[in-house]
Amino acid sequence: MATETVLGVFAHVDTTVRALGELRARGYHDLTVYTPLPLHEIEDVLERDRPVSRVRLFTLIGGLTGIVSAFLLTIWSSMVWGLVTGGKYMQPAGGRISGSSLPPFFIIAFELMVLFGGLATVIGMMVLGRLPRLRQSASYDPRFSNDRFGVAVHCAPERAATVHELLRSAGAEEVKSR
Amino acid sequence: MSDGRTTSPTFADVNRDVLRTLEPPGNLYFAWMCFVALLLAGFFAAWAGQVWWGMGMAGKRVPQMWAMYITTFVFWIGIGHAGTLISAILYLFRARWRTSIYRGAEAMTIFAVMTAGLFPLIHAGRMWFAYFLLPYPNQRSLWPNFRSPLVWDVFAISTYLSISTVFFIVGLVPDIAALRDASTGWRRRIFAMLALGWEGSDTQWRHYRRAYGLLASLATPLVLSVHSVVSWDFAMALVPGWHSTLFAPFFVDGAIFSGFAMVLVLMLPMRHFFKLHAYIQEKHLDAMGKLILVTGLVLTYFYVCEIFTSLYSGEHIEKASLFWKVTATYAWALWTMYFCNCIAPLVLFWKRARTSPVVLYIVSILVLIGMWFERFNIIVPSLGHDFYPYTWGIYYPSPTDTMIVIGSFSFFFLLFLGFIKLMPSLSIVEVKETIPPPVRDRAHGH
Repeated sequence: MATETVLGVFAHVDTTVRALGELRARGYHDLTVYTPLPLHEIEDVLERDRPVSRVRLFTLIGGLTGIVSAFLLTIWSSMVWGLVTGGKYMQPAGGRISGSSLPPFFIIAFELMVLFGGLATVIGMMVLGRLPRLRQSASYDPRFSNDRFGVAVHCAPERAATVHELLRSAGAEEVKSR
Repeated sequence: MSDGRTTSPTFADVNRDVLRTLEPPGNLYFAWMCFVALLLAGFFAAWAGQVWWGMGMAGKRVPQMWAMYITTFVFWIGIGHAGTLISAILYLFRARWRTSIYRGAEAMTIFAVMTAGLFPLIHAGRMWFAYFLLPYPNQRSLWPNFRSPLVWDVFAISTYLSISTVFFIVGLVPDIAALRDASTGWRRRIFAMLALGWEGSDTQWRHYRRAYGLLASLATPLVLSVHSVVSWDFAMALVPGWHSTLFAPFFVDGAIFSGFAMVLVLMLPMRHFFKLHAYIQEKHLDAMGKLILVTGLVLTYFYVCEIFTSLYSGEHIEKASLFWKVTATYAWALWTMYFCNCIAPLVLFWKRARTSPVVLYIVSILVLIGMWFERFNIIVPSLGHDFYPYTWGIYYPSPTDTMIVIGSFSFFFLLFLGFIKLMPSLSIVEVKETIPPPVRDRAHGH
């Protein structure tokens, strides 16, 4: 089904929040809101029924990968290359690893946890936020990185007129179809 | 509109004022750039000389094999602490005064760690073998010793540089999008590429905010760990004056102390030349002054502890090392350090001093000098006077290593000066967060 996008440009937060409230009350849930900064007033309206961002899952997996790979690297390499310092070394004994040199490896594990966790977080942010984006979306306006707020409503073409009216009555300075 | 609102900048003001800092610079900027570039040329010449004629050019004689290179390495790593402290720890604590200084401080961190990273290469002599430091599969199965603090250091510093850079870039993306929207032509195309197509939509912000919080939480222990690991390069050795459990907190505190001093050294001229008084206000200077004062007092406490532990240890060698430091060849360096780090910051007890840019600038420069000497005092006198008289030795700086140390400052300043003209040195988004958002209906608004 073809949809139309109606964009309302707002100069104020309270009018934006009012428009969002009314749109949601009337069942318009396919919205994109553009803001120059994250604002909790707007998030409060939008995030009410959304799950927490899944970025944290990426962080967790990245961090665990870091810890595991660090222990694998340090234990395996000190078994392959037996550098004995301070009488402490790793050696395979009867199918299990013995030796008292594990504690220093926690430092490497910590560092790699932070490194992999941090990189995975950024990858998560980019994957979930659909970045990098090669083409600008049609409803974006350069003013949204300055001092204007945008509400783009994706709706059936026959309801566009109602949405126009709704956005304007909520206080949009400019309403257009894209 | 109340009176308070008229003095506070609006969102559009923030964009305009930050974009203004990117206008083509004047002659003063180019003159300063030329001076810095000249010093940098001297740095490369000295380095080339050292590679050609050998490490003796740098005055390296047993036992003084670390000397100025490692002193300056630790100094720069320390400087690199304030940036991520401001951007991660103060972010988690919701310290709002950080917003106007954090971008500059983060850039400072990255450039300082990059500068520090040069020193192991310079110090290694044959820097084309620097990859030996990393664990990589090789035909003879030679692996680094993971029980050595120097290997921990490689991991800690490369992680710190990577995560600080990532954190910095993530913070820049929405700001570059603002630059993209305000520029035209080829600049617009470059900014559009760098902004990754950022639009500030609700979905993007949602994941962005979560990712930023998580990165800050990961970076917080990292900040504290990096200088602890650097301190273990010393504390794990048996050299008198190094072998102490005090070193990790002592180094971290000193790092924050010197890092904030460097933030002030960079921010005060920026505030003056870019006329950013509306954003970097007196209260910001006051807060930074207080942090320098607190970390300075903590550092003084650590100095007292250090002296007390060695006097109370019952170890003759420890005591001898201490007395030698305080009274002999390098005593002047020790007393310079005590003056700069313990006495000079005390002036910041006065609020008028904390809000005066001139006083803050002078104190910051003294703190930087003091902190450089702190690392000097840890490395050179301790190595110069350890267990046996036949291993004692005095170090004299040579023209080569002096030039390389001075040149490292030019490397740092060149990067920073380039940065402030290419990228927004104030975070557009975060400064807006501190301004009350525009509300039409004040009676019903927030």
